[in-house]
Amino acid sequence: MSEIDARLQRWGYASVTDKISDVVLRRPTHWIWAGGFVVTALGSALLFAGIGYLFAVGIGIWGVNIPVAWGFAIANFVWWIGIGHAGTFISAILLLLRQKWRTSINRFAEAMTLFAAGIAGLFPILHLGRPWFFYWLVPYPNVMELWPQWRSALVWDIFAISTYLIVSLLFWYLGVVPDLATLRDRATSRVKQVLYGLFALGWRGEARHWARFETVYLLLAGLATPLVVSVHSVVSLDFAIGIVPGYHSTVFPPYFVAGALFSGFAMVLTLAIPMRHFFRLEDFITGRHLELAAKVLLACGWIVAYGYFIETFTAFYGADRFEIAMVKDRFFGFYGPLYWLVLFCNVVAPQILWWRAARRSVWTLFVLSLVVQLGMWSERVMIVVQSMHRDFMPSAWGLFIPTVWDWIILGGSIAFFFFLFLAFLRFLPAISIYEMRKLVHEEEAQ
Amino acid sequence: MSPLYGLMAEFATPEKLKAAVEKARAAGYRRVEAYSPFPVEGLAEATGMKKNWVPVIVLAGGLAGGIGGFFMQWYSAVISYPINSGGKPPNSWPEFIPVTFELTVLVAAIAGVVGMLVLNGLPKLYHPVFNVRAFDLATRNRFFLCLRSGEPKFAEDSARDFLRELQPLGIWNVPA
Amino acid sequence: MPSLKFTRREFLKLGAASAALAGAGCAPPAERIVPYANQPENALPGVPRFYASAASFVGGAEGMLIEANTGRPTKVEGNPAHPGSLGATSVQGQAAVLQLWDPERSKAPRRGGQPATRDALARELNDALGSLRAGEGVRVLIDGSTSPTLARQLELLGKRFPAARVHRWDPLEPVARREGGRLAFGRPLEPLVRLEEAGAILDLDSRFLEDHPFRLNYARQYARGREVRGGRMSRLYVFESAPSLAGAVADHRYAMPAHDIESWLVEGDRRQKAILEDLKKNRGVILAGESLSPQAHARVHRLNGELGASVSYVPPAQIDALPLPPLVEDMRAGRVKLLLILEGNPAYDAPADLAFAEALAAVPLSVHLSLYFDETSARSTWHVPATHFMEHWSDARAFDGTAAIVQPVIAPLYDGVSPHEMVSLVLQESRRGYDIVRETWRDIDWPAALRSGVVPESASRTVKVAPRSVDMPRAAPREGWSVRFVPDQSVLDGRFANNAWLQELPRSESKITWDNAALLSPASAKTLGVAVDDMLEISLGERRLLAPVWLVPGHADGTVTLALGYGRTHAGSVGNGVGFNAFLLRTSTSLWKAHGVSLRKAPGHHGFATTQNHARMEGRDLARHVRLEELVKKGKAWDEETPRHSLYKEWPYEGYRWAMVVSLNNCVGCNACTIACQAENNIPVVGREEVIAGREMHWIRVDRYYQQHDYGEVTLFQPVPCMHCENAPCEYVCPVEAAVHDSEGLNLQVYNRCVGTRFCSQNCPYKVRRFNFLQYSSHDENLKAQKNPEVTVRRRGVMEKCTYCVQRIQRARIEAEKANRRIADGEVITACQAACPTGAIVFGDLNDPGSAVNRAKRSPLEYDLLAELNTRPRTSYEGRVLNRNPDLHE
Repeated sequence: MSEIDARLQRWGYASVTDKISDVVLRRPTHWIWAGGFVVTALGSALLFAGIGYLFAVGIGIWGVNIPVAWGFAIANFVWWIGIGHAGTFISAILLLLRQKWRTSINRFAEAMTLFAAGIAGLFPILHLGRPWFFYWLVPYPNVMELWPQWRSALVWDIFAISTYLIVSLLFWYLGVVPDLATLRDRATSRVKQVLYGLFALGWRGEARHWARFETVYLLLAGLATPLVVSVHSVVSLDFAIGIVPGYHSTVFPPYFVAGALFSGFAMVLTLAIPMRHFFRLEDFITGRHLELAAKVLLACGWIVAYGYFIETFTAFYGADRFEIAMVKDRFFGFYGPLYWLVLFCNVVAPQILWWRAARRSVWTLFVLSLVVQLGMWSERVMIVVQSMHRDFMPSAWGLFIPTVWDWIILGGSIAFFFFLFLAFLRFLPAISIYEMRKLVHEEEAQ
Repeated sequence: MSPLYGLMAEFATPEKLKAAVEKARAAGYRRVEAYSPFPVEGLAEATGMKKNWVPVIVLAGGLAGGIGGFFMQWYSAVISYPINSGGKPPNSWPEFIPVTFELTVLVAAIAGVVGMLVLNGLPKLYHPVFNVRAFDLATRNRFFLCLRSGEPKFAEDSARDFLRELQPLGIWNVPA
Repeated sequence: MPSLKFTRREFLKLGAASAALAGAGCAPPAERIVPYANQPENALPGVPRFYASAASFVGGAEGMLIEANTGRPTKVEGNPAHPGSLGATSVQGQAAVLQLWDPERSKAPRRGGQPATRDALARELNDALGSLRAGEGVRVLIDGSTSPTLARQLELLGKRFPAARVHRWDPLEPVARREGGRLAFGRPLEPLVRLEEAGAILDLDSRFLEDHPFRLNYARQYARGREVRGGRMSRLYVFESAPSLAGAVADHRYAMPAHDIESWLVEGDRRQKAILEDLKKNRGVILAGESLSPQAHARVHRLNGELGASVSYVPPAQIDALPLPPLVEDMRAGRVKLLLILEGNPAYDAPADLAFAEALAAVPLSVHLSLYFDETSARSTWHVPATHFMEHWSDARAFDGTAAIVQPVIAPLYDGVSPHEMVSLVLQESRRGYDIVRETWRDIDWPAALRSGVVPESASRTVKVAPRSVDMPRAAPREGWSVRFVPDQSVLDGRFANNAWLQELPRSESKITWDNAALLSPASAKTLGVAVDDMLEISLGERRLLAPVWLVPGHADGTVTLALGYGRTHAGSVGNGVGFNAFLLRTSTSLWKAHGVSLRKAPGHHGFATTQNHARMEGRDLARHVRLEELVKKGKAWDEETPRHSLYKEWPYEGYRWAMVVSLNNCVGCNACTIACQAENNIPVVGREEVIAGREMHWIRVDRYYQQHDYGEVTLFQPVPCMHCENAPCEYVCPVEAAVHDSEGLNLQVYNRCVGTRFCSQNCPYKVRRFNFLQYSSHDENLKAQKNPEVTVRRRGVMEKCTYCVQRIQRARIEAEKANRRIADGEVITACQAACPTGAIVFGDLNDPGSAVNRAKRSPLEYDLLAELNTRPRTSYEGRVLNRNPDLHE
């Protein structure tokens, strides 16, 4: 009997329901939550002030230039969308693989996905020189009878990101509906009853409803599975379709997907560890959950390491002068330290997870999750910036130096993410209640 | 007394509910509804659900999205407004694949969710069963069987008797 | 060529109308103005008209055709009929139009810095002259003007006021050249060289491609000599004390301090023997520069005579006058009662030892005529705003003496006065500029002279005289550091300091913008313990200067080069405080070089705004060159032929197929293409900070590479416009079809469709795309008037790049379609092509088998840039041919 099973044995339908829904409905506001909420709200305000200034003045407030015309906006986009992968991966793929342990973490992982993907979706728009015309990338009837240019990876991107966002939202919302019904039925104030009731869509748990619900949930999982793989593959095509050394690489799709899961699982740990502590959810998000996430992290780390290796290998094996120059510059050029930081964070540091003690140490995992996220963000910056700063024409070589606005918008987006997550914890059940009930039932049946 | 929507019985476990549903069907009740706080395997079939149309709707949505998506790209790039973009032919079909794929998934997913809601008659914010106070527990830890009025077999007294035999935790009138 | 039909009446109408249109908020001109509602004959909105004119920037006139759109001068083209232009323009010629529209030009007269009226000036002048009957104490200080009319007026002035004196201060004056002429011939004759006939050229620090009054003519001739014909071409040896364009394109470049060049000339060595032998064999010629002594110039004249070089001699084109030092002496002694300064800025640029500004304070009445309220204006009693040469009538001589009429294209924007009108005021006759100039040229076919831009047969009679032998003192060996002053390649002596186009134009060798620098060789820097961006203290006697260091490979060791024209205090908001003022070290005895300076590292750092940060090609085959002997032996320049395969069918181009070839063999890196493109295509300037950020906007940049070979270091210039690739990588990544191909193969950028993803730039291997990261184009009403109406002004957030001057193609297409014919070869001339003094850029239709561009594409020197990427550029290159002397193995 696993630890998860052992811990769940203590719970019944009622207690499980009450425990999780009370986090939302009854638990008094904790000062740590309140403090975090205020801090992240201020950070979010900074983000929106930064965006306001950006729209007023132009993207020249960033460090981007020619040759490095893409900067933090694209790196942040790729990073955030990567973080937004773990949720759907956990929900969809682990559902299909019937990994029971996913139940405790899928809800908040999906929320994490939504927030991360939503923030990610913001960046390509902020990135534009004329963001107010972003809708020109989607097909819509217009006087000029113009269509998007379907050969552009950016159009693929728009479709991939919006599809991913919409499908993730549907998937997540679908899962929340029965829990909203629970909250509706357990809420004591009229306002909460009405609000939760509205979003619960009148769910009443009828058997045929459950049957169709489960079917569509499973099918969505099936659809979301290739989608998870496709989103970061398409994002990687933004680069791989390009002809610039450092972008133009066939290994990019799998390497990006693995990197996405890597940072996504790291973010799951970053969020789960404090959450289970502050809301006393150790029985649902157990040490075993953390350990499994750590193993996924280790596996992704190796795929990413393979990506680093194969990029270097093909550069020399292919004997392309420009590729070799790019790799050498990556190692020893101006941005060299970034590369070694990436290797340390993403390849060296995760090796500690070979030790069971490390996998079971909450603090080790928490620190490592932050290290991995730093590493993955740095990797995105490295790919976006370092590849461009020295491409074909030495006469056009230049440097990208981030400005204070680059940092403000990055920092603000992180604050905004945590702001949304804190709000989510407060207003929606962070763990799927109906699935926990089902799990309890399955435990009893055994 | 107001007309009845049906009669409702409350149970403590899904097994009891399922057994009750099966008995009700065996007894000749056709309009049997079962409510549970989580999906219970086989319960829907027990209440008499035959065909689940959701997969068909998802498939249709996927096909429509995929074929429509490719057609949109082909039509716009070849017929409506052909443009020389980087020397590539107007029908650059390999480059139309990503959007085709995404639209397949997107339309399939939306069709599935919308189809499920429509088939379930949701959203429906008011429903007679909500009038039963104890029904609040249907989203917590109780399992409900509802025999609906309006079929020849249903008569309030006999139905109540039938339910009583199932030894539920309680029996309620569900006003329409 | 556009029509040049012109009458005076028409001009007045046009000019007045345009002034009214420009609406620059100034008073209406004195003449009756005509509202544009009565449209002048033959003036079609949207059809530009060209007016021939001329301007002198480095001591000799450069003929121009000034393009006016609905009366607004917007662009300058060279005048093919003018010997100082031959159809090309200098960077200053291109930038002059921006100077015209500079909103910071002086707009009204000032007395003691306070606004005043012209009437008050006339009264004060009359009073002063009334008491100075014979003109005792009346002095006129002119600049390097070449105007025959001004010369005539000054003569009149001498007759009217016999005691008056005329002095001249031109900070760029070629003193050594004229003195050398005087030593050799008894009068200050200057050599006029037929460069294209020379099989070999020995250039002794003459900077003939940038500082010589005949630079455009010489550049064209030089380029003709570089054409490989029958396996032969000219050979260029350059000895230079400061980096020069000629040095960069030389076959043999020797860098050394100026005095070493001089002593090399005297003493000779094995190398000299080989060079002279080569010169003798190939009808060679020697050019000498200002860093050499007059004796050395005389020696060169004699050597040229011995070589039988095609050199003739001409008198200086500039007006003869007394030098500056005696004037300053009189000023200080209180002997000058009335000083009239006709343009120039002596308070800023006079030799430091003369302390002109101090002396000026001792003059009771000084009147400074100037385009700007500058350093001299601020210290004069009166400042009078001058008219720009596009606003007034005048005339100018080219280096060979050819006269051209300077005709206005627009009525004065402000209350300006031309130099002729100013002198006329002093002569108390108050005549109009037109009448004064017309009187000078009473006997010529005036309309024909205006139409063609040259006065026929006005060139100076060349003198064939045998030079005298002159003793050349054996230079004593020198120790220590020397300094070399050079005019800045862009702002010259500082008169263009407020011109943002010129400030932002990267200097050919250093690629620095918005600055001057103390140029050092890497070895010198090592000795001094300084690096790029360090501050250097340069002292000469008691004079001291702080300058930031920039390193130039191939710079002479033991010497520092300082560009003049910076550190202005009254230039305007663009030019003030940019760079350091090298005039502070320049004395009347060391105008171009000084010895015995001490250099010391000083605290502090500087940040340069450069446009190219990497000087080496890193083994990539970008700017190619081949040695002549290899080319002749193999019959082709490049070994490999890149295979061109594609899975896709070729896209058909049935009408026109526009293409360009840029010859690196002709290019001398002068930047004319860059600035001409800027003027033609409304390219904004971005300013120093944005250049540092890497956001300069030039559509055609001139790359500069250094390459080390066993036969020495080669400097290569490579102009890089858009390649207009047939398989354009920028296009298929654009999500909104802003980057698309047209049916003639142009790679278009649709500005109003661009959302600014910048993917196109990311995917452009040539990095020729430019992005409006901020709102760069100015909203200033004056500067708007300069804009080319045929080119969209881009707003922020939009990508832009070279269009092959699509507006010029359209103009030619309209003309051709009116006549129901195809566009003929040579009918479309891109802005860069038009400005290029060496004809390095060829543009035309590949579907026309006889076109010049097809001929160029067949050249054995032709190659595609980064051909291995299979982008199939329409722009290709001809490599440079290096003609090394086999007898000189170092």
